Amino acid sequence: MINKLVVENLRFRPVRTMLSILAIGVEVMMLLTIVGLSRGMLADSRERASGIGADIVIRPPGSTVIGMSSAPLSEKYVAWAAAQPHVALAVGSMNYPVSGLTVVTGIDLPQFNRMSGGFRYLSGGPPRAPRDIVVDSYYAQQNDLHVGSNLKLMNTNWRVSGIIEPGKLARIVVPLNVLQELTGSEGKLTQIYVKVDKPADINPVLAHLKKELPGFQIFSMREFISMFSVSNVPGLQAFIAVVIGLSVVVGFLVVFLSMYTAVLERTREIGILKALGASPFYILNILFRETFLVGVLGSAAGIGLSYLSRFLIMTFVPATIPTIIVPDWWPIAAATAIGGALMGAVYPGWRAARQDPIEALSYE
Amino acid sequence: MSNAPIIEARDVRKIYRVGDVDVHALRGVDLSVRRGEFLTLVGPSGSGKSTLFHILGGLTAPTSGHVLVDGRDLSRISDAERTELRKRMVGFVFQKYNLLPTLSAADNIAIARHIARWNGERDEQFERALELLGIADRLHHKPRELSGGEQQRVAIARAIVNHPAILLADEPTGNLDSANSQAVLAIIRDLNERLGQTILMITHDAAVAAYGHRIVRMLDGRICSE
Repeated sequence: MINKLVVENLRFRPVRTMLSILAIGVEVMMLLTIVGLSRGMLADSRERASGIGADIVIRPPGSTVIGMSSAPLSEKYVAWAAAQPHVALAVGSMNYPVSGLTVVTGIDLPQFNRMSGGFRYLSGGPPRAPRDIVVDSYYAQQNDLHVGSNLKLMNTNWRVSGIIEPGKLARIVVPLNVLQELTGSEGKLTQIYVKVDKPADINPVLAHLKKELPGFQIFSMREFISMFSVSNVPGLQAFIAVVIGLSVVVGFLVVFLSMYTAVLERTREIGILKALGASPFYILNILFRETFLVGVLGSAAGIGLSYLSRFLIMTFVPATIPTIIVPDWWPIAAATAIGGALMGAVYPGWRAARQDPIEALSYE
Repeated sequence: MSNAPIIEARDVRKIYRVGDVDVHALRGVDLSVRRGEFLTLVGPSGSGKSTLFHILGGLTAPTSGHVLVDGRDLSRISDAERTELRKRMVGFVFQKYNLLPTLSAADNIAIARHIARWNGERDEQFERALELLGIADRLHHKPRELSGGEQQRVAIARAIVNHPAILLADEPTGNLDSANSQAVLAIIRDLNERLGQTILMITHDAAVAAYGHRIVRMLDGRICSE
């Protein structure tokens, strides 16, 4: 009976109910999109790193695993690494952030092709002139680029020479020496990729490099890829915690206002229930069940909206902020939203439960 | 009708605080109502009849004095006990019907049972009462789909569904036209005569008051004549 009353109460005021559900839905969607975005970007980085074909990565001392900038590593280490026992190939690369999350990567293309098997060109081909640039299909789609299109980056006009399949190294690639020269980083690199003779050599070579280059960040590729996680990105975990906190506050405020209004609107109905002998707990129970139901429906709406947000992101900005659907976060987001909503119902519920039945019955 | 009183009020006083002023709503009311009696309470606005109604219904406590309903002293019970009392001992019928707008007529009745934790067994007496009320074919309608007379009949059904010791009706025909008023009053009288329901009804209208066995008049917080 009480569930019927709860459902009928929500149905009786459809606009308020829909707005509450939508507000909680947007809250859940924000949460899922932020997490999906973080995970999507990390997954994208992982995929591109694993497409390189290297076995070991060497990064300079003090660098972060997922650093996008700086070229503090001397190029001389490439030749040194290549000369070490059981090392088949070493390739240096340089990352240069140009705007927001967009990074241009410079690489020695012939050496990289030997290591990875080369890019798969969907159209066009590798750079042939000093201002030729290669972009992946996501970046091309997002920026409406084709082979021969002009692209202005780093105050330089580039010509798109080729569009590559995504998932290998980077979205925007130029020859290493061109990028070094443009950024005044001649002889400098961000990292070095190393390929060993055979898989069994990975651990011995890793141990040797760590011994010879103390303080350097040296990882096997498997280890390097596994480090693309939320906890290894500086500030990301804190950022997600802040978003969760904001979601709880939003859920709290939405339901607080909604339930506060509902209690005022339904003063007389609460008086009727009290005249019939409903206890304060009975009244609270009704309001909490209503809030819970709105929270559940809002969470379901939010999960649906997260598909919509992903669709919009992947349609309009697939290269900048790749995002994924995160089903393992659905219960967390729902619990966050419902928890915030229930907290928002506490004060209105308390007010309703404490209402004087005579005053409530005379409320117009 | 039994001679045993079901309601006994002795020197009941109620003082409300309105701003900085004490309002003496009841100034020493003595009243006795026998089981099965149909008593009407008449008096002008401000005479204290609604306050007495609220005290007898367990909606508020008296400031002083004793009120015994079916042997329980309402002046000495807690709010929680007062809530319990309203579940089964008292049934209310209000001038404005006071049905829950979100529920059907049947559910308005059912929720009173749910609140009183009725165990769901078949209730022949209530079924007879529903027949008297003549609303069997309107039970699945929401209050807004019912006429005033039908809404008041549903409210009466809700008030008696838990077989209260007393039925308190506050101006039950105040919002009805004369035909519906007569029908509702006839039903209330039938409930009293056929089912032995004790009824205390408040009214302004002398013609309505005449439906009761006994008329009690109130003025300025006191009973002035019986």
